[in-house]
Amino acid sequence: MTIELRVNGVSHQLDIEEDMPLLWVLRDELGLKGTKFGCGVSACGACTVHVDGEAMRTCTLPVGAVDGADITTIEGLGADQAHPVQIAWIEKQVPQCGYCQSGMIMAVAALLDENPNPTRADLDDTITNICRCGTYQRVRAAVDELSQA
Amino acid sequence: MGKFTRRAFMATGGLVGGGLALGFAFAPNRLTIYTADPDSADAQLNTWVMITPDNKVVVTVPHAEMGQGSQTGLPMMLADELDADWSTVSMVQAPATEIYANSDLARGFVLGDVSLPNSIFRLLDYSLFKLSGMIGVQNTGGSSAVRYTGNMAMRSAGAAAKHMLLQAAATRWGVSASSLTASESVVTHAASNQSATYGELASEAALMEVPLQPTLKSPDQFTLIGTSQPRFDIPSKVDGSAEYGIDVEVPGMLYAAIKHAPVFGSKYQATNLSEVRASRGVMDIVELDGAIAVVADNFWRAKIALDMMELQCIGGDRQSMTSAQIYDRYAEAALSEDGSYDADIGDTAAALAQSDRIVKASYRVPFLAHAAMEPLNCTASVTKDRCDVWVGHQNPLGARAAAAVAAGMDADNVTIHNRMLGGGFGRRTPTDFVTQAVTLSRQVGAPIKLIWSREEDIQHDMYRPAVANHMSAALDADGMPTAWTNSYTNSGQNEPAESPLTQYAIPNQSIKGVDVDSAVPIGAWRSVGHTQHSFFNESFVDELAVEAGIDPYQYRRKLLADMPRHRKVLDVAAQKAGWGEPLPAGRARGIAIEQSFGSIVAEVAEVSVSDDGDVTVHKVTAVIDCGTAVNPDSVVAQIEGGIIYGLTAALYGDIEIADGCVVQTNFPDYPMVTLQQAPDIEVHIINSGEAIGGVGEPGTPPIAPAVTNAIYQITGKRIRNLPISAHDLS
Ligand code: FES
Ligand code: FES
Repeated sequence: MTIELRVNGVSHQLDIEEDMPLLWVLRDELGLKGTKFGCGVSACGACTVHVDGEAMRTCTLPVGAVDGADITTIEGLGADQAHPVQIAWIEKQVPQCGYCQSGMIMAVAALLDENPNPTRADLDDTITNICRCGTYQRVRAAVDELSQA
Repeated sequence: MGKFTRRAFMATGGLVGGGLALGFAFAPNRLTIYTADPDSADAQLNTWVMITPDNKVVVTVPHAEMGQGSQTGLPMMLADELDADWSTVSMVQAPATEIYANSDLARGFVLGDVSLPNSIFRLLDYSLFKLSGMIGVQNTGGSSAVRYTGNMAMRSAGAAAKHMLLQAAATRWGVSASSLTASESVVTHAASNQSATYGELASEAALMEVPLQPTLKSPDQFTLIGTSQPRFDIPSKVDGSAEYGIDVEVPGMLYAAIKHAPVFGSKYQATNLSEVRASRGVMDIVELDGAIAVVADNFWRAKIALDMMELQCIGGDRQSMTSAQIYDRYAEAALSEDGSYDADIGDTAAALAQSDRIVKASYRVPFLAHAAMEPLNCTASVTKDRCDVWVGHQNPLGARAAAAVAAGMDADNVTIHNRMLGGGFGRRTPTDFVTQAVTLSRQVGAPIKLIWSREEDIQHDMYRPAVANHMSAALDADGMPTAWTNSYTNSGQNEPAESPLTQYAIPNQSIKGVDVDSAVPIGAWRSVGHTQHSFFNESFVDELAVEAGIDPYQYRRKLLADMPRHRKVLDVAAQKAGWGEPLPAGRARGIAIEQSFGSIVAEVAEVSVSDDGDVTVHKVTAVIDCGTAVNPDSVVAQIEGGIIYGLTAALYGDIEIADGCVVQTNFPDYPMVTLQQAPDIEVHIINSGEAIGGVGEPGTPPIAPAVTNAIYQITGKRIRNLPISAHDLS
């Protein structure tokens, strides 16, 4: 069936199965490789993007369920690494291998949009993304910096 | 090997428009610093540094980037010796060819420019392979990159280039080189008030004699080493542009999903092939060694077709194997009188017989999966006469060799395009997934991107070996140990060799490994043998302290009286953690120290246990003496990460076996520490000036015993087998 998506401001019409997860549509059909596959079962957050402004895990999200939606991926978050979260991430040198960081950044950006001054508990409860490199200390430091701004 | 010349020439091939390219070339059994001779068509210059006429410095780094920062730390080491302006320095990753291999570097630099008889050479090569290769594979960054490549190759190349630049300036101005100074990529002759940038001098420098043994700086002369510099790779990791293996696109590429037969050693047979073949996008079904793969025009299509397949697991002899059986077998084996000794000092039997304070304990740790964030993947394109492989790999040379075998061609026809690694931790050292991708491409006749699901990753890892042991110790009247025995199971991967040893001064020691069959595939896992043995040794010494009625920190301190570096690390950790200061009820501190990969790390964990038995690690204070911290902020990051990696294992990590298969499947049943459980971590660095140690791995070993030692203080329960979550602490 034909699915319509707006991704990072560009409209696409795709002839694909509606049960194909958005993750694979983004990566393999649209060539947007910044969104990562980590677990495929909504357990790690590596595949997080914004769907109509809300953080969503895309590895189990059928593309049919977001037909017509406005989607922002890490590639569309900020030009030239200029989004405040990206700036803070560089400043605090958060990423190690970096593989989880697209999802981590998208999740944090959505949280801060909604709650500019999250408490530690807010952060712990909302950002359940897995980082195998263990960058949590720096994620916290970067969010602290962002919420004081 | 190509033909080399000692005379220096401009490397016109590499540097259009002039400049200096400097590197090392290897002749059989010899290593020398060379610049390239453009007249020699097959000159194979292994370029470490290029200085271009527009005053840019480009450093070639032979190690892959997994986030450990070696692609920044290594150029820092070179740039410091070169006295380069850091803002003009960039890096490129070296191709996978032998001349960039660690073992060559180690060999060359240990031996200098000497020839050796082949027999000795082979022996030496093996031990150096163990030194540089084995350690290097576990963490191509912290633990080998800086220590070997950095300290040997990078610094020498930087110092040699600087020497040649000074010579060039001296020649140009008709002054002595010793009257010149170099700083920030500029050579200055103060007396005549002349100066020139490195870029201006580079082409002339390329004509100078290459110093064979350039003088290196002493640590007090470092200007860049020891300062925190932002990592080169980070900007690309905040906007999605960093390209990992899984992101590679090759024209005409197809995707493959794979399932391995679940029982170790068995095979798969499919029954409904025609139905699967008819699924949208499916192009092929390929049987592999112990696995089956579906090839389609999109990964998801390959994956759902694979899931649709009715599969039967056949063969194999381990259908009824369980964790309990394996553990029983290990515990039994460790009782054996036999074994190979790591330490056999004094007379432990006599010391035990004489003492009336004997402590005995048996420990065990489980198998663990690596679960690197990026699932295993490899893209391969095999054509008639060449094979290209795109992969994030910790051992690109090994990957090339495996690809060559699978492609049925010479390694010279194989090119490895190494990409960023979404974590490795040792799992991206074996080549199983490379062999599979190459086999698929060869069979299907198209470029193939093979991606393992997370389930395959967890269930078909090369696991951190499970180990069981039996320990005993004799204490004297003061409570200090006179004897220490440890008999543990060794199923291979007992690396590094010193990992089972105790770091404490104990007069009688008997430490031995008893060989056992692991029953499941095993491999190196962040910090290798130190993960198991640090837990055993640092828990058991805590038990001795308890038996002696001495504070565990003070007890260790006494036993380290003759080891000033260890003692200082321990002292600073205790002091920074506020050891001995009161804590809220239900909270306690635990301490552990371990030397691994040339660095000494102590960690103090502040822990609480709820009435329900839930364990919370509130804070970890870590101290590392890694000799010299090249990029201190990266060292801190690696210790933070190593602690989280080890804490996940300590709290939850358990790969169980039932019916010959791995029980765990994915993150929901193989859980990870997330922000919720992540303690605050404070890292302190001691720059002792001793030999540079690794940083990628040493943060991991001490955390498990630090936490379980704290749990003992709170609950009186001694955790002797991991994970902690398997124990009822309520
Ligand atoms: S890949 Fe989607 S949550 Fe893990
Ligand atoms: S930075 Fe490697 S998984 Fe998060």
